Amino acid sequence: MTTKYTPDHEWINIADREAATVGITHHAQDALGDVVFIDLPAVGRSFKKGDVAGVIESVKAAADLYMPVSGEVVEVNEALRADPSLVNTDPMGHGWLFKVHVADMAEFEQLMDEPAYDTLVKNA
Amino acid sequence: MSATDLQKTPLHALHFELGAKMVPFAGYDMPVSYPAGILAEHRHCRASAALFDVSHMGQLRLLGADAAKALESLVPMDVVDLAVGKQRYGFFTNASGGILDDLMITRRERDLFVIVNATRKNADIKHLVTHIGHRCTVQPLPEHALLALQGPKAVTALSRLNPALSKLAFMTGMSATLAGADCFVTRSGYTGEDGFEISVPASQAEALARALLALAEVQPAGLGARDTLRLEAGLCLYGHDINEVTTPVEAGLAWAIQKARRAGGARAGGYPGAKIIDGQLAIGVSIKRVGLLGLERVPVREGALIVDAQGHKLGHVTSGTLGPTVNSPIAMAYLAANHALPDHEVYSQVRGENRPMRVSALPFAPHRYFRG
Repeated sequence: MTTKYTPDHEWINIADREAATVGITHHAQDALGDVVFIDLPAVGRSFKKGDVAGVIESVKAAADLYMPVSGEVVEVNEALRADPSLVNTDPMGHGWLFKVHVADMAEFEQLMDEPAYDTLVKNA
Repeated sequence: MSATDLQKTPLHALHFELGAKMVPFAGYDMPVSYPAGILAEHRHCRASAALFDVSHMGQLRLLGADAAKALESLVPMDVVDLAVGKQRYGFFTNASGGILDDLMITRRERDLFVIVNATRKNADIKHLVTHIGHRCTVQPLPEHALLALQGPKAVTALSRLNPALSKLAFMTGMSATLAGADCFVTRSGYTGEDGFEISVPASQAEALARALLALAEVQPAGLGARDTLRLEAGLCLYGHDINEVTTPVEAGLAWAIQKARRAGGARAGGYPGAKIIDGQLAIGVSIKRVGLLGLERVPVREGALIVDAQGHKLGHVTSGTLGPTVNSPIAMAYLAANHALPDHEVYSQVRGENRPMRVSALPFAPHRYFRG
C-alpha cells in the first residue's frame, strides 16, 4: 500500500520516499468547491507533521494545507499556478500539490489506509 | 443551531432532488451550490438565465392611507411620490445615520410591497411595528416564496410562461399569472443582469420552479453564485458592506436619497439620522466604500487590512472573492477618502504579505438592466 490518507482529507503516495506526492482527496475537493488559487510551500522548506504548509482557496473560502508527515518540500506542482482547477478535476492525479522528502517512515505508517479513510468519509 | 432547528423554504425538497450542497444561512437550510458548482452557475447567469431560491428573504406589505408617509419617517427615500407599479431601493437608518437594513419598496394599487434581508427581517418587522404600527398595518407574508430569475435570457424564458412580462421595465412590478399561480413580479435583482424577482404563494412555488427549470435557458444557482454575482455588480451585502455604523454617504449610496428628502427638498429630513446624513451630503465624508481589483491572483477576503506603500492602515475589506467574470480578485473596502480615488494603488494584507490592488470603479461587471 503506497497511498495513505490523513484526517484532514489529504493523501500521500510514498512510491518514492525521497519525493512522496501529496494532494487532497476527492471528498476534500468536493467540499471546497471550485478551487481558484493555491498558495504552495517554497521548495527547500522543511515542515513538521501537522504544520500549515500552504493554503487552498475556493470561490467561497480559504482552507489550510497541512503537512501529512515531517520532511522537506522538494517539488511543487507548477501546473496549478496556471490551472488551479486541476485539483477539482483530477485531485488524485494531475492535481497533486507538492512532493516531500519523508523524514520518518513511521509517521507515514501511522496514517489511514484507503478502507479506513473511506469509513471516515462515510461517517462524516 | 443544529440542522433540525433550521427553517426550510418551500423549495427545500427540490434543492435536495437537484443535488444541492446545503448550508445554514440566516436560520434557513439553503443551497450554496448545485452539482455544476459556483463558477459554472455564475457563468450561466451571465450568459443565459439562473434560478435562485431567495424565499428566506422577508416579504411584507404596508397597508393604509398613511403607509407611504409613515414609511418616510424611517427611510430617506421618496415613497409618497412613488407611482403605482414603480420600485425603489432604500434603507432604514438609525439616529447616527447608520444603516439598519436595505430594502426594496414597490408601490402597488392597495399597498406598499417591501422586501428586506433574511438576516434582518425579524428586527425590521419589530422596527416597523414599533415606529409606524399605529399609522399603518404591517403585514408579513411568510406564506410567500421568492424566486429570482436572472440573466440575459431570463426575459426570453419567462415570457414563455407569460408574454406580458417582456414589457416590464427595470425597477417596476406587476401582478402576473405564472404556471397557474398568482404572482407579483418585479424586473429587478441582485446580479447586475436583467432579470425578475417573483413573489409566489408558497404552495405553488415548487410547481413554478419546476416550470422555470424546464425551460431550456434556465439552470439553478445557489447562494454562492449569488454572492459572486452581486459582488461583481458592486451591490452591497447587508452586515458586510453596509451596517449600523456605515452611513449611506460613506457607502456611496447617496444616489438612493431623492431630492425631496434632502435639505431644501419638499419633505426634507424627518427620518432617523437626517441631520448627520444631510451634513455629510453637504461637506463630504472621511471614509468611502470603494471597489478594489487585485493585481495578483490571491483572493482577498472580508476582514483583510488595506495599507499604503508605507504600511499605514487605510481601511479594511468588507467583501472579497475571485470574480469569475472579471477573472481577478475583487473586493469592496472602506478606505480613507484621500485614498479612495480611481486607479489609486493600495495593498491588502493576506497571510502576512502585502498584495497590490487598485481602486476600481464599481461595478466590476457592467450592469445590463432593461430600462424599456
